Parts: sequence; C-alpha cells; structure tokens
Amino acid sequence: MAFSPGENDIAIVGVAQTDAHARFEGPEVVLIMECVNRLLSDAKIERDDVGFTIAGSCDYLSGMPFAFVSNVDGMGAWPPVYESHVEMDGAWALFEAWLRLQMGDIDVAMVVGSGKSSPCNAREVFHLQADPYVVAPLGIDPDAMAGIQAQALVNAGKASEADIADVVVRSRANASSNPHAQLTDAVSADELLAAPYDMAPLRAHDVSAKADGAAAMLIARRDRALELTDSPVWITGLDHRIESHHAGLRDLTDSPSTRLAATGAGAFDGDVDVAELHVLHAHEEIILRDALGLDDVAKVNPSGGPLAGDPVMATGLTRIIEVAKRIAGGDATRGIAHATSGAALQQNLVCVLEGGS
Amino acid sequence: MARPCAVVGIGQTKYKRQLPVTIDGLVREAALKALDDAELTFADVDAVVIGKAPDALEGVIMPELSLAHALGAVGKPIHRVHTAGSVGASTAISAAVLVESGRYDTVLTVTYEKQSEGNATWALSGGRSGGQGAGGTFAPWIREYIRRSNAPEHIGWTVAVKDRLNALKNPNAHLHLEDISIEKVKESPMLWDPLHFLESCPSSDGAAAMVLTSEDKVGRSPNPPAWVLGHAKRTEFSSFPGRDTIRIQAGLDCAEALYKKVGITNPRKQIDAAELYVPFSWYEPMWLEGHLIAEEGAGWKMTDEGATALDGDFPVNCSGGVLSSNPIGASGMIRCLEAANQVRGTAGDYQVDGAKVALGHAYGGAAQYFAMWIVSSELQPEFN
Repeated sequence: MAFSPGENDIAIVGVAQTDAHARFEGPEVVLIMECVNRLLSDAKIERDDVGFTIAGSCDYLSGMPFAFVSNVDGMGAWPPVYESHVEMDGAWALFEAWLRLQMGDIDVAMVVGSGKSSPCNAREVFHLQADPYVVAPLGIDPDAMAGIQAQALVNAGKASEADIADVVVRSRANASSNPHAQLTDAVSADELLAAPYDMAPLRAHDVSAKADGAAAMLIARRDRALELTDSPVWITGLDHRIESHHAGLRDLTDSPSTRLAATGAGAFDGDVDVAELHVLHAHEEIILRDALGLDDVAKVNPSGGPLAGDPVMATGLTRIIEVAKRIAGGDATRGIAHATSGAALQQNLVCVLEGGS
Repeated sequence: MARPCAVVGIGQTKYKRQLPVTIDGLVREAALKALDDAELTFADVDAVVIGKAPDALEGVIMPELSLAHALGAVGKPIHRVHTAGSVGASTAISAAVLVESGRYDTVLTVTYEKQSEGNATWALSGGRSGGQGAGGTFAPWIREYIRRSNAPEHIGWTVAVKDRLNALKNPNAHLHLEDISIEKVKESPMLWDPLHFLESCPSSDGAAAMVLTSEDKVGRSPNPPAWVLGHAKRTEFSSFPGRDTIRIQAGLDCAEALYKKVGITNPRKQIDAAELYVPFSWYEPMWLEGHLIAEEGAGWKMTDEGATALDGDFPVNCSGGVLSSNPIGASGMIRCLEAANQVRGTAGDYQVDGAKVALGHAYGGAAQYFAMWIVSSELQPEFN
C-alpha cells in the first residue's frame, strides 16, 4: 500500500550527484557548484525558495582547517542564507534538515555532501579518528581496523573469503549501469581471491574506491513537495546510533548500532525492495545485511555502492539518493539507505524511503 | 509544529590551559556538571550534539567518534556541528532543533576546545604558517569602523577593562587580571593596529555543556529553566566586491529574523542582558550596531556611556566574555549558556538584577557566519 503522507511529512523532491572522480582537477567548491546548479535547475526552484541549507564535509581531507567555508561559494550565500554545516557525511546533514523542516515554519531545505580525497592519503588522515592518546599513536587506521573486523567475521564462521569476494563481484557488476561509478569492470571471484592480501583477510579490491565528488538533495514539507514534483520520495524514518570506539568493547562481527538505528527509523515495519549500504570494506555488507534483516528479495547496492565509487563525505548521502532515484523511477516502493562513520562501522544511520502521494 | 524547549542544566569547566586533562576528561566534566544541574543522568539523554572549531586545532578528526563513550552516547545518536567561530551557538541551536522538532525529549549538547594541544593561529590561518590569524583579518575592518563612526580610540580600551573586571566575578573565566586598567591596556604591545595585546582574547582550553528538554519534561529538573524563545542563523560569502565587512548583512538579517521570531521590537529596552562574541574589544560597539541594538554609528556611545557595564541599561558580557576566556569551539555556546544563566538567576556575582530576557550570540569565519538565540525566564514574556 502506498504511503499516505501527513502535513509534517518530508519528501525528497530533487537530487543531484557528480561522478565519483578518481581525481578531480579542480577545487571541491566546483564539484559543489556543479551539483547545486543542476539540483536547482532540475527542480525548477530558485535559490531564494530554499529556507535552510546544510552541508557535510571534512576539513582534513583538503588539508585545510575551515575548508568548508569556501564550499559556501558553491552553494550560494548572497543575499545571506540560513545555513549550517556538520563535519560529518552529508547523510547527517540530511538528518538535521529533516528535523528542522518538521518545525513547520519553512518548507524547503537543501542538503549537500562533498569531499575531495585525492589530495591526501585517506588512511593517514582517517587514522586521526582514533583517540589521540592511546590508539592514534599506534597508527591503526580504519582499513587496518576493517581487516581485524573481517578476520573476526571469518573466525566466527559468519563469512568466508569467497563470500567477501562475492560482494565485490556483485558491486562491480551492478556498477556497470551506474554512469557516476568509478570502477565498472567485471571481475570474477577466482581472480579476486588470487590477489595478494592487504589487511588480511582483506585485499586491495575489498576497500572502497576513494573518490572526489559531491551530492545534493532538496527536501520539502508535504504540501510544497506535491507542488514541486509528481514523484516525491517520502523520508518515513531516519535514525542514527553510535558505538564505542574501543574495539575491545564491541562484538565486531555484529552491528548493533545499525540494528538500533533501523528500529528507530521503522525499517523493520514493512518490506524492503531496495537497499543501498555504505560499504567501505566488502565484508561490511555481510554484517549490515544481517543487522538489517535483508533477505534475498531486496536488491542490495544496485548502484554498485562505495566499492565502485566512494566520494568521501558524500557517499552516505549518495546512498539515500540512489534509493530515492529508484523509488521515484518506479523501480521500488520502499527502500532503505545506510550511512556509516568511523572505523569498523562505529556509527550508523538508517533512512527509510517510500513512494506515494 | 515546533514545541517549546528549555535549558535545564548548565555545566562549564574552568577555562585555562589544562594539559593534565584529556579531551575526554574535559568534555565529560562539563557534561556531568550540566546533568547534575538538571538532576538527570546520561540515561535520561536521548541524543547528544557536539560542536567544536576545526579538527586541526587538536589534530583529532571527527572527535564525536572517540568522545562518544565519554559523553554517554553509546547506543544513541551523536551529531557534530562545525560552523567556524559561531559553532558553539550553532551547536546549541542544532540541539534545540532536535527537541523543538518533537523527535527527542532531552538532548545533551557539549562544545569544547583544547587549544594547548595545537596551534590555534596556524589553524586559524587556514593551516598556513606565517598566516595573519583572526586579528590580522579583523583589524582593517575595525579601523574602517573607527573611521566611519568617528569613535575615539579609548572605546577599545574601555571594553577590554570592563570585560576583564566582569571576569573577576566569574570563577570559570580564564583571565583574572586584578590590576587591569585603561593604562595597562593602552601600554600593552600593539598586535594588529589598533588592537593591543590586552584588547585580544586568550587561548583557552575548556568545555561547556547544556541539557535541553521539552516543555513536558522541564519539571523533572528543580532549577529554573531558561526557555529558548527563538534562534536564528545566517551566512554570507567570505568576500566579494562591495561586501560591507563593518555592517554585515548576514548579521543584520540574523538579528532581524531573531527579533521577529521572538516578538522583540526594541532590543535595547526589551533585552536585559547580552552575551556577544567579542574576541577583540572593538567588536562590542560593532555588534551593537550590527545587530540592531544601537543606531548605526552609535554603538560606541553605548560603551562610552557605561550602558554595557554590569550596572548599565544594556549589560554586555557580564561573564567576562570571549576577551576573558576563549576555548574557540565552546565560546559561542558559553555566550548562549551565560544568557541562560542570567535569566535563570544563576549567574552568581555577575548576575544582572531581575534579568528576564537575554541574548546569546556568536559569529565566525570572515565575520560571515552568525548564530543567535534569545532565552527567557518565562515561556511567554510580555514585551512593552
């Protein structure tokens, strides 16, 4: 049965994304400008009609404190705008915008996520996520943590190396129909399993394809949404939860925070046709499928997911966009999108999307 | 529709160099003090909102990840805000939105900076050595303000002395300069003309926290609530031809939107105390004008006449302000929580008698990000 929105329900009314560029020869602000201009022109909406703008990005990727300040140039801020910024993936910017619109005094919000990871070594940067006194000095980065997590999964008998390779095979195959993906070449499990280990049992191809890119979205309250589009995609639930950063205090083979967020978002209250998961290391898809209870019916990462293109800081928001596109296009009626932050799936967001007007 | 939200708990650390304390320890101290004030525990908190200025200040990227445990956030949502120098106030506003939207009943919000673990001027210069820092950016604009308004040069010294004298009444303030005087300020080294050393903010470590809750949960906490009557944020570009960096449009728009939301028609008369983000002395008169409290060109006269002193008719920065304590990421939230302290009657020796309505304010970037809120002892105060 199609979702029937109430006055306070919020829908996605427009989306835009850049390609996942292995290396974009220009500043991050150009990626944002490209995205925002396309978003507004496709939605046939003026900048002045946007009541609230919020972006997510990461200074450290650009190697410059306050890098997000320049990003405002790409979003537009004259005359002055009602604007905010989270130092998180754009999916978390959507979380705040979604709640802000529920206050009822403004109708339309714009959400942007952007990142330019090519100038840096992401492993060196993201190892600074660890606590600075005990763990960071050891140099344990998120990829190393992922290797430990994948090994725990194998040791627990919850996945084999072949299962992990299968995730990559399917992602690459799915990406062949995604014009924004970075890695679209078909691969076989046999050739993947023949590759040398990087962070055993993970191999280089098990790690997401870091990219430069941006994504943007317009959301609106019900009445305005119905004016703006014939195919609104309703955000019927959104929740996110975090776990401890102490790996020793967690069961790394499970993702209780994903399950909690999914419960909070109402993900289990209906069937799921499509799911886009923020899989940064191939084995994570196996953990997330389990936490989200995704059976074989649901299409998982039909875009190819981050293993085929990971525009860091826009990747989570892109998952929501990919689900929204499928629902707006009539290929699905109810889907879930997932975003993550931190090492070994420490923090997880789940967004439930439904079609209907 | 938006539902009312109130500050029911406030916690602050001492603002100073705190090398023996970890970042975890610093934020936890402020959080626990705020929870104690609200007579609540981490178990009562539905979501956590954390803010700080750039990660480069301490070299910890996305600190919400490593601080989740210290803030009792495990199993909960934790949201991280960053809007440059305005971040403390923006974080308070984001936390209020989480309650006002109806989604969460009780939100813990924490901001911090631990400047002694990094090099703030390097980071404030965009990570370039030999950068001009914040004072270098603002000094030319201050000179232009002085030229336009014909303000006498002692205005900056007066603000510096007033805020430092107020800080003597605030046990959390970083600077307790017992012998502060106009002469001392004037004779202190010139950093960025016209700003002397003693007209500039210190580099502090510290954390500030608040517990915000919905109307139906306010009664759980015994101390008086500070009702969040309204808030506003505005942003404009850092620079463009013709940008007025003295009378900044985003600041004017922010104030106008805020007063309209709250129903304030005469801010000077209807606001009883203000905590304005004044990291360099001259920003007091500039913001009095730039936020529609004084007429254009008349902000410095309010300072000169003593209107902004603790016993004046429009007291500004009774806590000592940013000039006396500047843990950057927390400084904006300190303005918001000190406004709350005034209307709760919990400001101690720097309490403004009978304060009912107070303004908290912060700005950031190239004076391009603005975040403000108004709190009151009453949910629906009468303005006349």
